[in-house]
Formats: sequence, C-alpha cells, structure tokens
Amino acid sequence: MSAIIQASLTHTVFGFVRRLVGSPLNFVLTLIFAGLLAVALPPVIRWVITDAAFFPAVPESCKAISGACWSFVIAKHSQILFGIYPNDERWRPLIVCVLLIGLLVYSVRPSAWSKRLAWFWGGALISSWWLMGGGFGLTVVESDLWGGLPVTLILTVVAIGFGFPTGILLALARRSKLPVISLLATLFIEMTRALPLLSILFIASIMLPLMLPEELLPDKFFRALIALYLFASAYLSEVIRGGLQAIPKGQFEAGEAVGLSFAQLNAKIILPQAITVVIPALTNTIIVMIKNTSLVLVVGLFDLISSGKAALADPAWSSPSVETYLFITLIYFLLCFGFSRFADRMEQRAKAPAK
Amino acid sequence: MNGDNSAPAVSLSNVEKHFGNFQALRSVNLDVARGERIVICGPSGSGKSTLIRCINQLEQHEAGEIRVNGREVGSEPAQLEAIRREVGMVFQSFNLFPHLTILENCTLAPIWVKKLPKADAEAKAMALLERVRIPDQAHKRPGQLSGGQQQRVAIARALCMEPSIMLFDEPTSALDPEMVKEVLDVMLGLAEDGMTMLVVTHEMGFARQAADRVIFMDQGEILESAPPDQFFANPQHERTKTFLGQILH
Repeated sequence: MSAIIQASLTHTVFGFVRRLVGSPLNFVLTLIFAGLLAVALPPVIRWVITDAAFFPAVPESCKAISGACWSFVIAKHSQILFGIYPNDERWRPLIVCVLLIGLLVYSVRPSAWSKRLAWFWGGALISSWWLMGGGFGLTVVESDLWGGLPVTLILTVVAIGFGFPTGILLALARRSKLPVISLLATLFIEMTRALPLLSILFIASIMLPLMLPEELLPDKFFRALIALYLFASAYLSEVIRGGLQAIPKGQFEAGEAVGLSFAQLNAKIILPQAITVVIPALTNTIIVMIKNTSLVLVVGLFDLISSGKAALADPAWSSPSVETYLFITLIYFLLCFGFSRFADRMEQRAKAPAK
Repeated sequence: MNGDNSAPAVSLSNVEKHFGNFQALRSVNLDVARGERIVICGPSGSGKSTLIRCINQLEQHEAGEIRVNGREVGSEPAQLEAIRREVGMVFQSFNLFPHLTILENCTLAPIWVKKLPKADAEAKAMALLERVRIPDQAHKRPGQLSGGQQQRVAIARALCMEPSIMLFDEPTSALDPEMVKEVLDVMLGLAEDGMTMLVVTHEMGFARQAADRVIFMDQGEILESAPPDQFFANPQHERTKTFLGQILH
C-alpha cells in the first residue's frame, strides 16, 4: 500500500518538476519567476510576520516596529466588525454574523436544498432583524448605530436573496407576449439601470424623506436595503433574460406539447437550463453586488469599510490603515471567493453526467 | 374524457394559417378516424408541419375549426390543457430535456400535469422505455444517447401521458441513416396497437407498410388523399407525380 502511495507521490513530484523545467522556455520562465519571488517574498514575509506587532494589543506595541501593526486590528476587531453598535450589546451582532455565515455555508450543498431551508432563511432573517434592532425584551438599538460585518451581510443576503427571484420574474415579464407587462418590466429595468447606484441610494436616503410624510417613511437602513434590492433585481433580470434567450424554441414546444403550464414549463424546463447557461455572468453580477453594498457608506450607514475607517480615528493609535484595510479586504475576499467557488461547483454539477 | 365517442379523432374544416404574408394553410379540410394512420408528405414549405402543429396548438390557426375527439381546439388555457392530454407529439429534433435523466424526461409531465404519484409515474415510464427498448439507459442524460435512442425516448415521453392521438413531425429526418429503422420499428409497433397517428415523413416505406391513407400537400393545400397502394401506383395530381418522381429514385 505504502509503495503505491510512494510511487504516485514520486510521479506527482516528477510531473511537477517536468512542467517547471521540461522545455527551454519553461526553464527560463521558472528561473525568472524564482528570481522575482526571491526578491519580493522576504520583505513581504518580514512585514507581515517577523517584523510585525501582534501582542500585547496596545498602542505602544506598534511604536518601535518596521512591520505591520496587527495589534491594532486585534485590539479593535470588535469595532471594525460591529461599528458603533453599543459595547454591551455586541453579542447580538455577533450571533447575527454566526447565524448568517453558518446558514450560508450550510446552504452550499445541494442536498440541503428543500422547503425547510427556505424556512430556515426566513427565520434567520427575522431573528437577525430582531437581534440587531431589539424590542421584545431586548434593548432597542436604532439602525443608525448598526455597523460593520452584520450590515454588509444583511444587505448582501437580502438584496441578492430577494433580488434573484425578482430578477427571474422581471426577465419573464420582459419577454411576456402581453404588451403591458412587458412594457412595465422593461421600463423598470431600463430606469434602474440608467441610474448609478449612488444616485439611487441618494434618492432613497435624501429625496424620499422630502417627499414622504415622516410616519410613512421607512428607516434609513431599510431604504438603502430596498434601493440595493431593486438595483440587484434589475441587473440580475437582464443576465437571466440572456439565459432565457439561449434556450432553443424546441424546449418550450416540447414542454407545452406534454401539457406543462407556463409556471411548470419555466420552473422545470426553461429556468434550470437558462440559469446554468449564465452562471459565469451571474457570478460576476452577484460579486459586484456584494461589493456594491459598501456604497451605503455615502448615505451614512456603517458597513464594514466605514466601521474600519471609524476605528482608525482613534488618536491613541498611529492609524495603521493598511493593516485595517487588508483585514477588511480579507473578509470581502472570503465572501466573494467563497461565492465564486460555489458558482463553480454549480456549473460542474450541471455539466456532470447523471450517475 | 374523450368527449364525443362517435366523433372523428381529428377533424379540420376550412383551417387557415398565415405567417406574415405567407399563407401556410389554405382552407384545409381533413377528417381522421379513430385508429387511423395518416402519412403526410409534400415538398418543404407545403404546410405539413404547420398542419399537425395546429392540431395541438403549437401554432394557432386563424380561421376554420379544428376538433379533437369532438372537442373544439383553441388557445384558451382550459382548451389547451384538454388538447395536450389527448395529443402527444414527437419532434424532428427530439427536444428531450437535456438537464434531466431519461427517466425524469418521461415522468415529468405525468407527475406535474397528471399529478401521478412518483412511483406510479416511474413504473409506467419504465414499462414504456422497455417497449422502446432502452430501459438500461433510464438514468443517463439525453446527451449520452445516440439520435435514434433519443427519438425513441421522445416517443416514450409522449406515450407516458397516455394520449389517444400521436403527432410525428419528421421524426426520422434528423437521424443518421442506420438509426432510422429502430425509430420506424417503434412507430410500426404503435400503429399495430391501433394508435391514431398523423405522421409527417418522407419515409415512403413506412407509408406503404403502416398508413391507412397518404396525404400530399403543396402550397398549404391538401392536393391528394388516398390509400398507399393507390397513392403510389396511381397518383391523380400532376404535382404529386412530380414529387413522387423526386423522392422515389
């Protein structure tokens, strides 16, 4: 047994070496890149690890170092992650983050997809709202004080989670043979796409309060959420429409000929194929939408980036902004890369032959 | 369920259809008795496909009347539902659902349209896949099958809805020559079992062997309608003779 493992290991190693130096071109390229790495890597490692300050997480630890001041990120992690949320109540946004991230990870496996999962999500969103906002036994925390990762997560999950099905409906409506429905959908999509997200957010946060009486006005967080949701649905609907157009007419006819209704035809035959076709474009749009949530900072909501900025304002520290933004970058990277891996798996799954 | 039992399976009277300025059907009249096998042939663009596609309303006729088992055919949702339960269709390009397995292709409509329990639908589908001689492919996807196999699955899929009438729109035209026979054999089997069939095809061998009547269409009109012996031996119309001369070398 171990001989087999050894043989396959040798094979892998030899294969790798052969690819590195197997041809004159590869040999030269390997040399060049090895040289570049030798020059670039040591300073990076010094800055990130060997010359960096970690503990104790106090301002003084960063005074006499040439590397990264990670002790700031360690000391301020709670403020970066949760913004200006009241200190004593920070266990609440923490639970929200754990809940949403946990459920996202759970939802990745196709075997978890069921009606029950939809109920889980409904429950998770309602309890997130309650945990963040309070009431019913918890101290009320106005949405002005919400901030950081839970804001980013809630905005992302709601805007995309509701934007996707709405996008499907809009795409179907735009292709409808009924002129009124098609016109309305087209009008909404074109208007939304014609405006920059920033101006939609400004309309939601600044113009709406001028037009609506106070008692009819939803709070600022909710308005930004709706703006992001509408924006996401318009963009997603056009991507999905592209997929619908790629489906041959014969698929519609075959579905109709066996007697499927419009809803059944779309749910069972057309959409599964159409969405598979546009997975790369959908991934693109959704990743852009995840990052778009950071724009809510212009209307005074504290997303992850604004919270990081606020933490940097502490005069006791020497504003290690690179370290802070790297930490935030890492979180965005995990969100976006995680999603793109998920999309990749969906694509493989659709391509795989049936067992 | 079958409406009037004494009515013809399919009856068209004065049916008209345009595509823009092009007249695809000109005042077409046709009665098909229950259990009758009709082969429709004619040059391309003559309206043969349009004719059968009007019967299950994949195309809407503009004038005239179509009845299936005595019930009028139209584009109202209730009419559509009724008609598509009665009429199965097989397409030139198979049109199997590529994202579903062969078995799922066959059980989808029975489960969702007829609300059959899944186990029953699968048992029925397996019996029909047995009949078209591909039960061992049930768990593959359409893309893994040959054209002939796919078309046999398409026939099984249509039969799973237990239609009383089957429409075939050039079922062998997209097949490699060596696969034509396996599909025609399945169709012959169906014909022997007394299924009402309307088949658009240029397979004159099938027409001779299975058809009760052969219909020749040109420019949206039915020019000739006769039992195969008479149709091939003694065509009445000049255009029929020309057409037969072209396809029977």
